[in-house]
Amino acid sequence: MLGPVLVFAESSGGSFRKAAYEAVTEGRRLADLLKVEEYALAIGSGVNERSADLGRYGTDKVLIADDPSFALFNPDYYRQITLDAVKKINPGIILAAATSSGKDLAPRLAVHLNAGLATECTQIDLDNGRIVATRPAYAGKVLLKVKITSTPAIATLRPNVFTAKEAIPRKNPVTERISLNRPNSRMAVKEFVTHGAKKLDLTEASVIVSGGRGMGGPQNYKILEELAEAMGGVVGASRASVDSGWRPHSDQVGQTGRTVSPTLYIACGISGAIQHRVGMINSKVIVAINKDPEAPIFGFADYGIVGDVFQVVPALTQEMKRFYGKN
Amino acid sequence: MEFVMNPYEEYALEQGVQLKEKHGGEVTVLTLGPEKSTQVIMKALALGADNATHMRTSDPHSDPSSIARAIAAELKSHPFDILLFGKKGVDDDNQQVGQMVAELLEVPCITQIVKLEISNGNATAQREVEGGGIIVETALPAAFTAEKDLTVPRYASLRELVAAKKKPITVKDVTLQPSLLEVVSVQYPPPRAPGKIVGKGAEAVPVLVKLLHEEAKVI
Repeated sequence: MLGPVLVFAESSGGSFRKAAYEAVTEGRRLADLLKVEEYALAIGSGVNERSADLGRYGTDKVLIADDPSFALFNPDYYRQITLDAVKKINPGIILAAATSSGKDLAPRLAVHLNAGLATECTQIDLDNGRIVATRPAYAGKVLLKVKITSTPAIATLRPNVFTAKEAIPRKNPVTERISLNRPNSRMAVKEFVTHGAKKLDLTEASVIVSGGRGMGGPQNYKILEELAEAMGGVVGASRASVDSGWRPHSDQVGQTGRTVSPTLYIACGISGAIQHRVGMINSKVIVAINKDPEAPIFGFADYGIVGDVFQVVPALTQEMKRFYGKN
Repeated sequence: MEFVMNPYEEYALEQGVQLKEKHGGEVTVLTLGPEKSTQVIMKALALGADNATHMRTSDPHSDPSSIARAIAAELKSHPFDILLFGKKGVDDDNQQVGQMVAELLEVPCITQIVKLEISNGNATAQREVEGGGIIVETALPAAFTAEKDLTVPRYASLRELVAAKKKPITVKDVTLQPSLLEVVSVQYPPPRAPGKIVGKGAEAVPVLVKLLHEEAKVI
């Protein structure tokens, strides 16, 4: 008899991340297939009041560790609390979103539990109760299917790939506090810092407007910011523009930057080199705007406009404002 | 096939060499891999590492925890103040080994760092996370995994490449534990169907918006 599914439900600022709801939804699906219960683990500050949010996505039970010192991710605290939860419920499967926290935490759990871990999965299947995880490797050039032969099995799920779906009927989860004592930590997690206005991370955005070498210089990204703002999106960048110092590395999409899978990716003045392509090829829809009709990006974009970004992008911003004004 | 250093390890190595230049000490490079990994070790020695340990194995390395256990076992007899890793390998993209080794050795580990300051036996690091950074402090010894912005790797001169040949390399044959991950298949991702050119210039914009709304249904 396999144990329950345990989902690490990551929070930020007292509410759960979208990627946490995606993981809880996938955890529900697996729990139903295996006929086991789903537990969500909520570690954070102010999460106690928000456990019903996890029930909306189908979890049966919520384990809560709520303390002001858990507001920012401290690996020592989070690892110890999660191990406490594992000891308590003996899960067969542990899921987390492949966020910066999830990817930090999961390997730590894996060595303590002697468990196999598949990172950044894009699909989970079951084979006789064992997880078979699909995960991109070699920067997305190949897809590996990996069977995890340990119990528990651990997988992190790439954000924006799994869909967060509200469960019908909605669950009213049983909540329980765990880890009443704050664990020891050898690290002091001091503060969260931003470079300017706090914005949604590229990996979590539904719309990304990205600029490349064709933008000509840092000052010209203003037109991309305007288009992104009109669509509720965020601005990304190619490696060429990051290496030129036009944009911070946190904006970089591609092999040594973020791997993204938004609903809509608009590539402006980006040629579509392989190292960029691997970071955004899993976007639902790709639009390319480039003055070079031979640019490789047109070979894999869904829609292309051949033209000058400095004319096309402002026109697109105006049209999007009109569109969203009407709809 | 030529072996090259993983880019994230280049940032980590550069950080190690810069710390040595500022604070003194010694940089040891540890590599786990087959015979051909020597190519990577020679480059690291040319870039400023003082000596190297080659944990030689031709075992399949599909499970990062097997690699981490081998590295941790080696490091138990190799005292250090600072342990630097790349945040992930750009082949397997697992992003697991650094944290695993640190957990096995029971030293603090700060992942995905873009800044590292060392003073009086303490480290202050900035992690890159969604939407910004997190400042974390810890006492040494400690482990760190490097994000891209941590350093700008230098290039090795011809003189340094020649000098590297005289630096000591310790070779140890190691056996990896069996994998907890079984590779079932390796496939190419389905190709993306080629799309369409909507038109030229700004006049194509209204058609594009209509297509995104009515055909692609993404707005």
